[in-house]
Amino acid sequence: MACKLREFVQRVRACKTAAEEREVIAKESAAIRTAFKDDNPKRHRNLLKLMFMHMLGYPTHFGQMECVKLIAGNSFPEKKIGYLGFMLLLDEKQELLMLVTNSIKNDFNNANQFIVGVALCAFANLCSAEMASDLAAEVSKLLQHSNPYVRKKAALCCVKIVRKVPDFGESLLRPAITLLSDKHHGVLISAIKLCIVLCQTNSTLLEQMRKETSNLVEILKNLLTSEYRAEYDCSGISDPLLQIEILRLLRLLGKADADSSDIMSDVLAQVMTNTDARKVPGSAILYECVQTVVHIEATKGLRVLAINVLGHFLSNNDNNIRYVALNMLVKIVALDLQAIQRHRSIVMECLKDADLSIKKRALDLVYALATEDNVKALTKELLEFLMNSSRDLKQDLTMKICSVIQKFASSKLWYIQNMIHLISEAGEFVKSDSLYMLIVIISNTPKLHGYTVRLLYNMVGKWKNQESFALIAIWCIGEYGEMLVNHAGELEIEDPMTITEHEVLDTLEDIAAKSKESINIRVFLLVALLKLSSRYDTCTERIKDMIENYKHSSTLEVQQRAVEFSAIILKYSSIRKVLADRIPALNETVYESKRADGAVAALGPTVRVASPPLFSENHITAPTICTKLSSTDSVNLLDLSIDKEASGQTLDGFSMLQDLLNMDTRSSSKSSPYTGISDIDKNFTEDSKEHPSTSFGNEQFLEMYSAQGPMFPSIVALQTNRLKVLFNFSKPTNNPEITMIHATYLNCSSDLCTDLMLQAAVPKFLLLKLDPASGNILLPNANGTITQCLTVTNTLHGQKPLMMRIRVTCKVNGQEIVEQAQVENFPSGV
Amino acid sequence: MIRFILLQNRQGKTRLAKYYIPLEDSEKHKLEYEVHRLVVNRDPKFTNFVEFRTHKVIYRRYAGLFFSMCVDITDNELVYLESIHLFVEILDHFFSNVCELDLVFNFHKVYLILDEFILAGELQETSKKAIIERMAELERQE
Repeated sequence: MACKLREFVQRVRACKTAAEEREVIAKESAAIRTAFKDDNPKRHRNLLKLMFMHMLGYPTHFGQMECVKLIAGNSFPEKKIGYLGFMLLLDEKQELLMLVTNSIKNDFNNANQFIVGVALCAFANLCSAEMASDLAAEVSKLLQHSNPYVRKKAALCCVKIVRKVPDFGESLLRPAITLLSDKHHGVLISAIKLCIVLCQTNSTLLEQMRKETSNLVEILKNLLTSEYRAEYDCSGISDPLLQIEILRLLRLLGKADADSSDIMSDVLAQVMTNTDARKVPGSAILYECVQTVVHIEATKGLRVLAINVLGHFLSNNDNNIRYVALNMLVKIVALDLQAIQRHRSIVMECLKDADLSIKKRALDLVYALATEDNVKALTKELLEFLMNSSRDLKQDLTMKICSVIQKFASSKLWYIQNMIHLISEAGEFVKSDSLYMLIVIISNTPKLHGYTVRLLYNMVGKWKNQESFALIAIWCIGEYGEMLVNHAGELEIEDPMTITEHEVLDTLEDIAAKSKESINIRVFLLVALLKLSSRYDTCTERIKDMIENYKHSSTLEVQQRAVEFSAIILKYSSIRKVLADRIPALNETVYESKRADGAVAALGPTVRVASPPLFSENHITAPTICTKLSSTDSVNLLDLSIDKEASGQTLDGFSMLQDLLNMDTRSSSKSSPYTGISDIDKNFTEDSKEHPSTSFGNEQFLEMYSAQGPMFPSIVALQTNRLKVLFNFSKPTNNPEITMIHATYLNCSSDLCTDLMLQAAVPKFLLLKLDPASGNILLPNANGTITQCLTVTNTLHGQKPLMMRIRVTCKVNGQEIVEQAQVENFPSGV
Repeated sequence: MIRFILLQNRQGKTRLAKYYIPLEDSEKHKLEYEVHRLVVNRDPKFTNFVEFRTHKVIYRRYAGLFFSMCVDITDNELVYLESIHLFVEILDHFFSNVCELDLVFNFHKVYLILDEFILAGELQETSKKAIIERMAELERQE
């Protein structure tokens, strides 16, 4: 026999195991089913039990029809439970909904306002698009109902209708505006909600709603100045939720509309100055008000006021309030950087918060606040903060600091100092391209070589097991080791110190001992030792011994280096000095231009190609050894697998090199006379296709190349009043089918061109290969060029001439520009 | 707009679940499980806002009960924080010193109160007094 709801709940709660619970439920379900079959007067009690089962996750579909029956009943208690069950057990997707549409419609017209209330409630919860269309007229009639409870529910039902069927918006605008003069707060908040939804769905309605701006401002003003009313008071503030809803509507009305923004300015200022921010409701209002100010056409004074409100939020003890302030500030940083800048110190404090979500937002904000003026102080603070920061934040923090340093570096000295500090602290999180860029810049700044190597030497004593830091330090010690000892290029800021050659070697040994697992460090160390062997005359023996130690390394690459290097020291001391000379300055231009693009982060893999072994996956190869060699023996000695003929004469060696590399010579990015001999691995070909080869290397190489092949006049492939594209040609001697086109882009207009891109189409008998361009930004007035290499293979060479159609796209002032041309005037013979 | 409201205890038992968007039952259970996991272990010193899928959950803990509201990402977090508090005050007033068991045995009344407070995912009434009075009237209709 079925029991009371309370008993049933108690029985279920008394169950000790899940199995027991299932049993109780199953029994009761069966009882309820039977009860449903007879016309039981306890129907609504049973339905409540079903709802309870439903909440526990048991199947209750057999109760759905009972809901329909209850809804169709006459008494309020029945209907109440019927609708409640309906809302709980069903949703708007179900077919059964059709069965109750009519009941709901009838209940709308019931004289009992409670029945109208539950019907509206069910409608608001379950309304499907179909139901919205069927009952929209009835619901909008209820907007004028004499009872405020009905009016407010009807207004929210209309919200639902407009969301489901936006076309009803227009007919609801008038009634919605009429409701705005209602005195009941519940009706008012619902009406404002309806207005918001109407404005969001339709811009003409928004336009009409703007006429109500002063009306809304009046309502808000009354709220601010009204006498105390206990029922709406919330810690001293009069109905905060209603105030917020009004502010939201004002935001929509004032957006991109100067007139209405003007009307609301005063009241917004009033809200911001008079609201007490100590409690959450007050803060909620202020937060909403700030958002409104930010979105409308506010005066500068009002915006500063808004930003200061957020600034006050930051010193609030409540984390939630600080969180919303940071969130908001990050979004509006572009709006008024200066005003936000004033709160920087508090934002820095937020970095120390325990809550990660606050820390992350504070970091985003600090990063956005970095400018050239404050970068020095800011970087210093961030580096200090990095030392004590938790691991979860470290990665993000490191990348941000790195980006700030690269973006705003005003001097190379400052850049080098800070990058080194960053890497020593969190080198594992610094991207490899940033590391490489540091090396490039160090190598290109001869004045700071001495300072840099001494700084690194001092810091390596406090080494924190950051591999990348050790690599940079070892590399620099290898390259500029003599400057540690001879005080070369000492700066005023340095404390003079005396270091002996043996001390340097001690330090290197120390690092090696601390980093037993790292092969990279080992290999770098060997190269550094070889280099030092020619500079540290007093320690040649010791260096030799140190290298010898690695002859027994279990790592093949380390062992091989050790054997080779000790052979150089022992047997070939005559060439050692040349061999271990400093490498020439690394090519800076590519990185500079990339930096200008702000595309540093995208550089990643390029490093692997163009770089000396630093930071590539295989550091094993060691091109840092110079090869201004004239002796064929020495090449053999290094086991470089270069043919004897290829060795000495670098100039003539190119065709050999080309064969050797098994690739198009064009893509050899490092084809300067100082060829990185041992860096020639097979990956090289693949990688260099993907990444822009250095323009420097290309040009130089092409010059050399064209000296060998036939000469062709250059042509203008495309000329408009904006862009000019020149083609230069060259051909390898051994294959007449191939033509290398060296395209140069010039910007003749006075506007900056960005995102420049070339597309080219050729007939089927031609094969075309495009190399990446040297950049994608063209300065105005022909100040600077972009170059790009195209390789065309003419499979019908001698029968058909070259032809090509090119299209250059670029962006000028944010607008896409397309220029195209048919190129037919290729010089004969190409 | 509010997507759903959940009332869960520390063990993850759902005491009230109100969805303002249509969802499959299985999806509802998954959501309830995920939201519980999100809020139950959060440090009390942390903010009461958690990002959840493409929305955010505003939650508040009262003794062993978690009140969570899932809202749009652009919504004013503080408003919902305050709304939760108002809802709890109403419950407290209605059940005079509410505890979890009140909510278990009178779950249908809790749903009714919620329907008086929030409708179609939007706040409907801002006055505690108005809702309490309305509930009293509804009780009298029985």
